[in-house]
Amino acid sequence: MSVLIFAEAKKGEYKKNAQEAVYYGAKLASQVGTEAIVFTIGDGSNANELGSFGASKIWFNNNSASTDSQVVSALIAQAASKAEATHVILSNTALGKSIAGRIAVKMDASLVSGANALPEGSSVTKGVFSGKAVAKYNLSGDKHVISVMGNSLQPEATGAAGIPEEISLDAPASRVTVVESKTVDGVVPLPEAELVVSAGRGMKGPENWGIIEDLAKVLGATTACSRPVADTGWRPHHEHVGQTGVAIRPNLYIAAGISGAIQHLAGVNSSKTIVVINKDPEAPFFKAADYGVLGDLFDIVPKLTAALEKFKAQ
Amino acid sequence: MNLLVCISKTPETTAKIAFTDGDSKFNEEGVQYIMNPYDEWYALVRAIELKEKHGGKVIAINVGPASNDIVIRKALAIGADEAIRVNGEAVSSMFVAKQIANYAKSNDIDIVFCGKETIDYNGSEVASIVAELMDLPFISYASKMMVEGSTATIERDIEGGVEVVKVDKPFVISAAKGLAEQRIPNMKGIMMAKRKPLTVVEPEAVDSKSTIGSYTVPQGKQEVKMIDPENMEELVRLLHEEAKVI
Ligand SMILES: Cc1cc2nc3c(=O)[nH]c(=O)nc-3n(C[C@H](O)[C@H](O)[C@H](O)COP(=O)(O)OP(=O)(O)OC[C@H]3O[C@@H](n4cnc5c(N)ncnc54)[C@H](O)[C@@H]3O)c2cc1C
Repeated sequence: MSVLIFAEAKKGEYKKNAQEAVYYGAKLASQVGTEAIVFTIGDGSNANELGSFGASKIWFNNNSASTDSQVVSALIAQAASKAEATHVILSNTALGKSIAGRIAVKMDASLVSGANALPEGSSVTKGVFSGKAVAKYNLSGDKHVISVMGNSLQPEATGAAGIPEEISLDAPASRVTVVESKTVDGVVPLPEAELVVSAGRGMKGPENWGIIEDLAKVLGATTACSRPVADTGWRPHHEHVGQTGVAIRPNLYIAAGISGAIQHLAGVNSSKTIVVINKDPEAPFFKAADYGVLGDLFDIVPKLTAALEKFKAQ
Repeated sequence: MNLLVCISKTPETTAKIAFTDGDSKFNEEGVQYIMNPYDEWYALVRAIELKEKHGGKVIAINVGPASNDIVIRKALAIGADEAIRVNGEAVSSMFVAKQIANYAKSNDIDIVFCGKETIDYNGSEVASIVAELMDLPFISYASKMMVEGSTATIERDIEGGVEVVKVDKPFVISAAKGLAEQRIPNMKGIMMAKRKPLTVVEPEAVDSKSTIGSYTVPQGKQEVKMIDPENMEELVRLLHEEAKVI
């Protein structure tokens, strides 16, 4: 018996979501009285640090560099069977979402994607209705696949690093050919971002976004926007947050010139702290905010940037 | 080309989210329903565009009770050629996916389309389960797709960027923003929808291993703290000392 955790390596490194999955899996393993085994695809370099989040073993396999869901899920299912795993834990990332269902079918397991807390007995919770409610799922059977929503728990590195061991598995051939991969380096993608600066129609036009970018830069934050802003092409589609865009749960969400429509709130209201800058005292967003600043964003945003610069310089 | 589009019914985006029966059931009272936006705006419309260009037919499939016919008719009004409703409560993603895979396997489907997620249960589960049950490749979060002959070239969203992939039919795809532009059904479409076939089939029994037991609604925020716009140093101090987020 064991809990098998799939730790996703991004260009050979483990981001916070991988650490969270390991931490979650290790907590779960001690809850059910078994060991936590990390499995990762790649050459195992950098994987030793994952031991410190509570895993007792770290396994790697380097047979395939493919991110195709058929290949990755086959490798994980084989590792799970080798580990005699009762639980498979993974991150609720783009890759995680494309493989969780496949693994559940292969293992004939129950499936919960996007869990926001550790299981309690045979149930586990996750956010539903775009964060407007939390559902408790009852799990049956003896095998379970759970993917963990990003920023749901704070991983603590309290244990010792581990020594990665290579295991042999059969990687099926992929039927998907990657032609090109375009990623922006140096920017934390929105679903993983801990700090987000977002702006809406109150910006009047794309030419005014410099002040938002400046604010994001001092904070080291990722930029986001409301839907009409992306729809009119002021900002790229991948910045659109909300019920029909990216759902995020950063530690800090700063919204400037966004009214706070229900569909916008649905994708951001799980943020830990929300700051709203708006010139309309009736803007619904103030009701969902922790801190509000009433006034013209074109005055306030540069002042906030300056105050942050001063703070960072200290 | 036979294109199967999975459509789901979800509460309208401004619907009040509340629960009954000891918080075990979604309270449907006064709730308006819509077709899940990702299914309608992107998956269905792209399937219709492909049919218009390459020929073939678009079949909409839904797993649910007769009250779902309203969103199925809308799919027909937008341009699907026929529809299937599998007559059962969608109790789990495994249940839903099994019914869809059963239909797709016996009907020579080239591409199965899903939305990237539903806006109610936010699972992103059905498409990947269907793909596994059919042993097909699965391309998630597709934001562009061209089909030439037997091969599709697809751009998909990945964290922090996009990936371009090639895959041969048949395969399963989940649709994200960008794949198509929303279409509003016109009068002719609405009239024609009434005459298009909507076939009801009975579901296969499935052992659902994860089902919802109860719901809770998170507590609302405390009163907002208003900060003097002339004193952004105070906001920075609060973010650092009180909220501890910077
Ligand atoms: C099915 C459906 C799905 C949707 N999904 C989403 C979604 O995922 N995400 C999303 O964002 N929206 C979504 N919407 C749209 C949503 O309903 C709102 O229309 C949208 O969020 C409004 O964007 P906004 O706040 O930028 O613009 P507006 O509502 O126009 O608000 C602009 C705000 O800026 C303020 N402002 C203007 N000038 C200044 C200034 N100089 N200084 C300070 N403040 C200023 C105004 O007071 C106002 O509050 C959806 C709608 C539907 C019907």
